[in-house]
Amino acid sequence: MAKESSSSIPCTPFLKDELDIVIPTIRNLDFLEMWRPFFQPYHLIIVQDGDPSKTINVPEGFDYELYNRNDINRILGPKAACISFKDSACRCFGYMVSKKKYIYTIDDDCFVAKDPTGKEINALEQHIKNLLTPATPHFFNTLYDPFRDGADFVRGYPFSLREGAQTAVSHGLWLNIPDYDAPTQLVKPRERNTRYVDAVLTIPKGTLFPMCGMNLAFDRELIGPAMYFGLMGDGQPIGRYDDMWAGWCTKVICDHLGLGIKTGLPYIWHSKASNPFVNLKKEYKGIFWQEELIPFFQSAVLSKECTTVQKCYIELSKQVREKLGKIDPYFTKLADAMVTWIEAWDDLNPPKGAAEVPNGPAKGK
Amino acid sequence: MSLKIEDNEVDIVIAALRPNLNTFLEAWRTFFSNFHLIIVKDPNLEEDLQIPPGFDHQVYTKSDMDRVLNGASINFSGHSCRYFGYLISRKKYIISVDDDCLPARDNSGVIVDAVTQHISNLQTPATPFFFNTLYDPYRQGADFVRGYPFSLRDGVECLLSCGLWLNIADYDAPTQIVKPSERNTRYVDAVMTVPLRAMMPLSGINIGFNREVLGPALVPGLRLVGEGKRRWETIEDIWSGMCAKVVCDHLGYGVKSGLPYVWRGVGSDTDNPMDSLKKEWEGVKLMEEIVPFFQSVKLPKTAVTAADCVIEISRMARENLASLNPVYAQAADTMEAWVNLWKVAGSDRL
Repeated sequence: MAKESSSSIPCTPFLKDELDIVIPTIRNLDFLEMWRPFFQPYHLIIVQDGDPSKTINVPEGFDYELYNRNDINRILGPKAACISFKDSACRCFGYMVSKKKYIYTIDDDCFVAKDPTGKEINALEQHIKNLLTPATPHFFNTLYDPFRDGADFVRGYPFSLREGAQTAVSHGLWLNIPDYDAPTQLVKPRERNTRYVDAVLTIPKGTLFPMCGMNLAFDRELIGPAMYFGLMGDGQPIGRYDDMWAGWCTKVICDHLGLGIKTGLPYIWHSKASNPFVNLKKEYKGIFWQEELIPFFQSAVLSKECTTVQKCYIELSKQVREKLGKIDPYFTKLADAMVTWIEAWDDLNPPKGAAEVPNGPAKGK
Repeated sequence: MSLKIEDNEVDIVIAALRPNLNTFLEAWRTFFSNFHLIIVKDPNLEEDLQIPPGFDHQVYTKSDMDRVLNGASINFSGHSCRYFGYLISRKKYIISVDDDCLPARDNSGVIVDAVTQHISNLQTPATPFFFNTLYDPYRQGADFVRGYPFSLRDGVECLLSCGLWLNIADYDAPTQIVKPSERNTRYVDAVMTVPLRAMMPLSGINIGFNREVLGPALVPGLRLVGEGKRRWETIEDIWSGMCAKVVCDHLGYGVKSGLPYVWRGVGSDTDNPMDSLKKEWEGVKLMEEIVPFFQSVKLPKTAVTAADCVIEISRMARENLASLNPVYAQAADTMEAWVNLWKVAGSDRL
């Protein structure tokens, strides 16, 4: 792979025509200026949340398509009910309309970080490396990602497992404002993540993790339909659990289908600490509910007949309805929305050769 | 729920495979000076050990092993001699480092106190039930991330701390042959819990553990037929590590991996790995059977101590693996003998 020059402008933008960058926003996209050297070669899908009559200014020179709530309603019709409003969970609409193999999603308060040598981190390039090299979910490698330069499988790692599994998700991390929940934010308002951990590792099969959507890449063809970010925000009893929900579903499905999920590098610089009191209100129910959700996901078993992501997801939605519906009617609604999501996904992503979908996207240049 | 481990609760066990321990011990002096050292001489080593003055230490040799073994068939030669140290210790915690490893430097150039780091890993809880993406939440400047269930934030006691190595990484012989000049230069500033049911290869080069609870599970069970002195000619630690992990998973304890690093290089496996390939290949083949075996081990509720668990595992090994290769039957025998010996060693001064 090409080595970067000191100005950190990439020589070769990898997967330029195979990757979309999905950005949810409600305010502005000024942050893109800092990312310009890294993002400009790529196509952006901007999902504008909140008031559709507001104009979001996209910096000059980016190739993008932008969707506001009116577009979402127009494209999905009644199925638009599964896409959250007034919450960054709406980003998953971007996954659905994309036609590319890979997605990178980033929040609009995330900037380019520097590694310990002071060099700017090309987060997108690292995500691509993570996705294009195998994951190792079946056996823990103590030297972390064996496919990185300068690393390998350690003594005792069975050779038959060294091919690894396809990487479906690359979960990046954040320096500066860490992704804490509201109670932790309240207790530690000044804590900043300053530790650069120079590792990528695979999350073992059978282990769940809290997936953060701030700096996330995935293979849309391998796992896209599982990346539904749930019902959050306006009219919903919960917020800030969108990426968590998608992460738990995705991990269960990846484990079932033999795909891998990596976490670690790359880091981005997270600049904005959201208001912990506002967060507490949003998360409150989630904090209690997750005590039931975790055992649910830990024990979720998908049948052998679930050979595609969509089938896995529909099966999961049935289990959500059955087992979680009794916690709160929200979960019955969510189970419905999960089904709607898959229907909408399949509408917008018919098998190759099928008819074009009407009401195409609003493109912008 | 963090513990406080006192220096006098820890023994440092050194397996002396080479006679001259001067360089090694001088390099570690600052970090070892507060602790009692158990130095176990490889029974096959002829020459006397050279140990610099000023260390609180005890040397154990073949004659001690013979006395304690009293006829039991456990082979403590080569790298396995350290297990004798684990057995003979009377302390709650053990830290063990190979005699070809020196203190490493971190990314700021500061010398790493591996002993203190192992102790810190054992003092703070492990979190095996849910992966924390910011790694060890108990480290300064870190915490549990959003989405980590609150009921799991107490964690469980960490019984085993697996450290890493800079410079000569712990690779097997085939990998060494393919990458003879590769050196591990990446200092990953993290400790993390190895999740429940995830299996990993334990490298015995740099570890710390709770001897009181886990001791019987760190068993010198599996000897390769052609086991040698070089690390890649052994898998005794891999086998005992799998036992230890299965035991921890079953009993509800944790295993951590990551910091501390040691610098591996002095007299390490820098000889031609080609010679070892014949011996190592046996180990490489065995791993194909060993891993599925341990992944399938289910221990009964009645196994409530590490010793109970090891007996069960030895029984299962005999049942499921012995027919594949005689080394497994031998391992099963050794594991039983080890547990019996541990019962005696644990209760009485020998």
